[in-house]
Amino acid sequence: MSMTTVAITKEIDARGSFCPGPLMELIRNVKTAQVGDVLAVLSGDPGSIKDIPAWVVKANQELVGLEDIDGSAKRFIVRKTH
Amino acid sequence: MSEKFAMILESGTADKLMAASILAAGAAAMGKEVTVFLTFGGLNAFRKGAEQAPMVMPNEFAGMEAQMAQMLQAKHVPHWLKNFKDAQEVGDVHFYACGNTMEMFDLKKDDLEPLIEDVVGVAAFIQKSEGAQTLFI
Repeated sequence: MSMTTVAITKEIDARGSFCPGPLMELIRNVKTAQVGDVLAVLSGDPGSIKDIPAWVVKANQELVGLEDIDGSAKRFIVRKTH
Repeated sequence: MSEKFAMILESGTADKLMAASILAAGAAAMGKEVTVFLTFGGLNAFRKGAEQAPMVMPNEFAGMEAQMAQMLQAKHVPHWLKNFKDAQEVGDVHFYACGNTMEMFDLKKDDLEPLIEDVVGVAAFIQKSEGAQTLFI
């Protein structure tokens, strides 16, 4: 996926957070967000690349973007759908 | 896919507590109802103040506690108890203490970390974990 132009409501920098930290941070923030909010979570945990999309499908949210940051981390952009 | 995940946590060494806590967090994140039955060494590790207690390593890593503690700190690896607390915060996670072990170690519920919900016997655990994907750690 390429750079997204969607407006991000909140960005969570979970780089340096150990598995499953970035996913847990995302879930916490999704819980308190409003429907329609777009959250970005930054993760350097290689497990996140499979874990976060798997959670998004399971939790019925929407992954609107996935960007690479300096080759060392990813930015997962998730819209709260319900 | 089973909607329940259960663990019998018998080990009190840091490596297994760490693995069990990450599994519980992952299962809770994925929407599973999680039941953790703490027995023997696993329950002993949940005495109040667990986060300050000295780390116990298994025989194959005996003597490496200091190095391990340093490595965990350098990599920002959270304490296993924090993973269990996070699991409880994001999902439906229940911790039960084994009644037999309580008696054997002369433990009261007040001696244990407050995230433990109740003291039960094995039959209650079997009932609560019916139909769950179950692990013995």
